Amino acid sequence: MTLMHKFLGAAATVALSAGVAMAEPGLIIDLGGKFDKSFNESAYTGAQRWVEETGGDYMETELQSEAQREQTMRRMAERGANPVVVLGFANASTLEKVAPDYPETNFTIVDSVVDQPNVQSIVFSEHEGSYLVGMLAGMASDTGTVSFVGGMDVPLIRKFACGYVQGVKAVDPEIEVIQNMTGTTPSAWNDPVKGGELTRAQISQGSDVVYAAAGGTGVGVLQTAADEGIYSIGVDSNQNYLHPGSVLTSMVKRVDNAVYDAFQSAAEGKFETGVQVLDLESEGVAYAVDEHNEALITDEMSAAVEEAKQKIISGEIEVHDYTATDSCPVE
Amino acid sequence: MEKMPKWADVALIPLINLVLALVVSGIVVTLIGEDPFEAMAIMVRGAVGSTYGWGYTLFYATNFIFTGLAVAVAFHAKLFNIGGEGQAQIGSLGVALVCLAIPWPHWILALPVAVIGGALFGAAWAAIPAYLQARRGSHIVITTIMFNFIASALLVYLLVETLKAPGMAPETERFPPGTFLPNARDIFAAVGIEFGRSPLNIAFLLGLLACWLVWLLMWRTKLGYEIRAFGHSESAAVYAGISPFRIVMLAMLISGALAGLMAVNAVMGEQQRLLQDNVLGAGFVGIAVALMGRSHPVGVLLAAILFGALYQGGAELEFETSVPREMIVVIQALVILFTGALDNMVRDPVKRMFLRYGKRDPQPGTTPAE
Repeated sequence: MTLMHKFLGAAATVALSAGVAMAEPGLIIDLGGKFDKSFNESAYTGAQRWVEETGGDYMETELQSEAQREQTMRRMAERGANPVVVLGFANASTLEKVAPDYPETNFTIVDSVVDQPNVQSIVFSEHEGSYLVGMLAGMASDTGTVSFVGGMDVPLIRKFACGYVQGVKAVDPEIEVIQNMTGTTPSAWNDPVKGGELTRAQISQGSDVVYAAAGGTGVGVLQTAADEGIYSIGVDSNQNYLHPGSVLTSMVKRVDNAVYDAFQSAAEGKFETGVQVLDLESEGVAYAVDEHNEALITDEMSAAVEEAKQKIISGEIEVHDYTATDSCPVE
Repeated sequence: MEKMPKWADVALIPLINLVLALVVSGIVVTLIGEDPFEAMAIMVRGAVGSTYGWGYTLFYATNFIFTGLAVAVAFHAKLFNIGGEGQAQIGSLGVALVCLAIPWPHWILALPVAVIGGALFGAAWAAIPAYLQARRGSHIVITTIMFNFIASALLVYLLVETLKAPGMAPETERFPPGTFLPNARDIFAAVGIEFGRSPLNIAFLLGLLACWLVWLLMWRTKLGYEIRAFGHSESAAVYAGISPFRIVMLAMLISGALAGLMAVNAVMGEQQRLLQDNVLGAGFVGIAVALMGRSHPVGVLLAAILFGALYQGGAELEFETSVPREMIVVIQALVILFTGALDNMVRDPVKRMFLRYGKRDPQPGTTPAE
């Protein structure tokens, strides 16, 4: 009995000290994989940058299925990860259930709002960024038809599409926009073959610029666009380098900054819960220009987009947010 | 002595199979540059080293008990039901519909109805392949596996089109609180024991009850006798006046109902809403569990706990080390391979060894029971 007590006591001490030593942040990579060249990879890049700059350490794990979300989140929290960063709207209902069980742990959810005292919700103004790349698409198109390939058909992706269409129409209301969604389930985020097929169908309808907002599926869209010799627009991460000369630009969503800031603010003890909106002004969303695509963006295009950007920031141009009304004024 | 003793059949051979699987896994782990003993230690600690680990191990085991019993019952009638996955998915639909139907006041009322819902839906999904087998001779292996895909597609359709909750993810609304099953943590807290947070719930007891009922059915009832007789020899069964149609249908209906009951644990007990892939391959693990458990409820129970430990330990291993997740699937697959497919590889030498031992040292009167 005494021995047992001693043993338990020792175990408890070890557990306690382990808890203190392991107050490091945690990142749960969502379905679609760490190297999807898009959403998840952006988050991973942010975490890596934090490691390089601070020399800190973090826990990371990768989801394999919907039903594992809860166990994975709980395990992260049980292990003392703080804050626990989860990626994507699909985590919202699980986090709502898990967060109250761990009042001492902070959580960050990207792309959705969870109203709990220990949750930081980060949402992006994707409609604003999509508006700008839509303008670029409209100006780059020769055929007068551009297109959009979405991942899973959810309001979030319609928000991308709606902003894009508004940007295109701002250049010329006559330009036609073809829209397709890859699917209705999470597997739509990782189906490059179907992405390529949709792109081919759009090209046959005359599209010469395609915007992919589809996670890993977008890799197939960009590949097909490069093969067929049309322009494409990447999403989330800067994908310009994938096919230089074919990728017109990328609608960069700084998930990496969101992850970095969550890690860093926690390390500095300045972690704030509540909703944070990352928009054009805070450079949470942007269109990417680098050595791979600068030849494709003329000075004229660049000037027009910069002007629109300033006007959106100042409020002179108001881009409609699909999720605000669940509808889009333009098609 | 023509047979080897029963204890060797039910305990020694599965144990040798398991050890062989672990040894091969260890070699693979070494080849990818990790310490196999360290990996083993993490797996064991993760699965049974804490109440949290036990909670998850037994939670997964509960899933496997139901799917394992489902396969076992069909096995006794020589029917290879590999549609447990689909039957469990449709069972989850039944459980979800029950839970969402009315605002249940208390789980005691919700549980029996959910059990009926899950069992009915699971049985209904098994009924079609069963009918095709019994009347048309369409092979049950082919039809049940095809029905897995249909079930999955049906669930996706319903979750996207009709049952979807407001919001973006394809899932139903959360069930009302009156359907939440008592959790192991709450039960143990009531008697003053601290139990880690896990989804282990009262459905585990339901699983144990199902084991006992299946034993009762198979070895203590006329129907169970008929199922086993049919499984041993169809022509003899027909000669004895047993209707093959009736046996095929009943065995498959019971099998499907058991698979459907898995949802009471997974969907009602843990997820508390209907998700798209809520079965997580448990239907297929059930086949391995039934094989390893020799289609006997006690064997199924033990094998289910082993696989529960492998699942939970494997998840922990992935979390703790850089062993990739695929590696854990490899370890699980090796266990399935050795206990299922390569069973005879071990069985024959062990049998020969027993026979030789028996000849050299004949001791009449002390022959172990058959």
